[in-house]
Amino acid sequence: MDRTGAEPTTSFADLLEAVAQRRDKQAFAALFSHFAPRVKAYLRRMGADDSLAEELAQDCLLTVWRRAHLFDRRQAGVSTWIFTIARNKRVDALRRERWPNVDPDDPSSLTDKSANADSVIEAAQREGRLREAVETLPQEQATLLRMAYFDEKSHSAIAAELELPLGTVKSRLRLALGRLKTCLEDIR
Amino acid sequence: MAPHAPPEEMLVDYAAGNLAEPLALLVATHASLNRESRREVQLLESVGGAMLETLPPAEMSDGALDSVLAQMDDTDAGGDGDGASSSMVGEAAPPSGGSAPTQVQNDGVPAPLRPYVGSDLHALPWRERGGSVAEYRFLDGRNGYRTRLMRIRAGCKVPSHTHRGCEYTLVIEGGFSDTQGDYFPGDVAVADADVTHQPVAWPDRDCICLTVLDAPVRMTGPMGRILNLFVDF
Ligand SMILES: [Zn+2]
Ligand SMILES: [Zn+2]
Repeated sequence: MDRTGAEPTTSFADLLEAVAQRRDKQAFAALFSHFAPRVKAYLRRMGADDSLAEELAQDCLLTVWRRAHLFDRRQAGVSTWIFTIARNKRVDALRRERWPNVDPDDPSSLTDKSANADSVIEAAQREGRLREAVETLPQEQATLLRMAYFDEKSHSAIAAELELPLGTVKSRLRLALGRLKTCLEDIR
Repeated sequence: MAPHAPPEEMLVDYAAGNLAEPLALLVATHASLNRESRREVQLLESVGGAMLETLPPAEMSDGALDSVLAQMDDTDAGGDGDGASSSMVGEAAPPSGGSAPTQVQNDGVPAPLRPYVGSDLHALPWRERGGSVAEYRFLDGRNGYRTRLMRIRAGCKVPSHTHRGCEYTLVIEGGFSDTQGDYFPGDVAVADADVTHQPVAWPDRDCICLTVLDAPVRMTGPMGRILNLFVDF
């Protein structure tokens, strides 16, 4: 199960930090060649036509360049960070709505430092582990996750499309997420 | 899951970007106030990141990279207000241990809510709804949702009511109790047609909540509309 070490997940974070600290364009180009085609695929899948998906994918990577200094490798893997940027752009462009973001350290809540301390090193590792877990999910669970994440389908829409009771959809989804969480537990 | 959190599938829909703006706002605000849900959302966003990696890449046009590189130089001032932050993208606190939080003097309106209602809830143009309840509506009519802040005077009751669709109530300030429990800041109460309740604000201070009523298109006929006026709190 130790494919994670061979995956370039950790070096994505290094590349992004090189962009943040040195405005390193070569590092950026490497990130671009990996992520732009995936972000574009995501946007196509969410219903953007080819030219809009292309434009938004470029815009998304430009945002990566501009906001690299906000990336915190202790909190998120690079794929995750870029996924949230792409998600927000998608909502903004395709739905014309603003996406309200969670405040990672809201002053009115307790400071989250202690909570983060135990996940400091693992964000990239966690992401690699999750990817493996997602790839090995049983077909029916993977299908549900794809529909939720890539087809903009609410749970009731998924249920209708798969002709399943809503309760079944919810419990399968919970099962899938439970499985993913279990895969993460041993690196906590 | 935190005891008074939105249902997990709502957190999934948040992470995936599948909630209408009013509910996305409610979840983001809740997660900003609730560590457990915040971590849950982060995890669910990581699932999104992992899923992104499983997609077969689409081909970019020739010159895509150059076109992005060209745009960097003229706009490299940073701070483009792109709305690209996320639960994981905030300015990181310095990793020093034990330093006191520096941002405490903030008035306490959670960050996701501020663009909608500002940072002084008491200065809003509250509209009295009779008795002890006042409201401030915004995002009005968006996708059939009704979004507002509700203010219940300290120690006062909201009239007993049931619900047409699903009602999500997030405590921002103060707190209330009803038959389902006690709700503190950050807590979410979910009530639907099966629930009749009469929230009572705690005696020490006014309770301010963000309330999203999810009653999409089920308003059948004029009678439904009239009933709805009485039904919602
Ligand atoms: Zn409900
Ligand atoms: Zn109610």
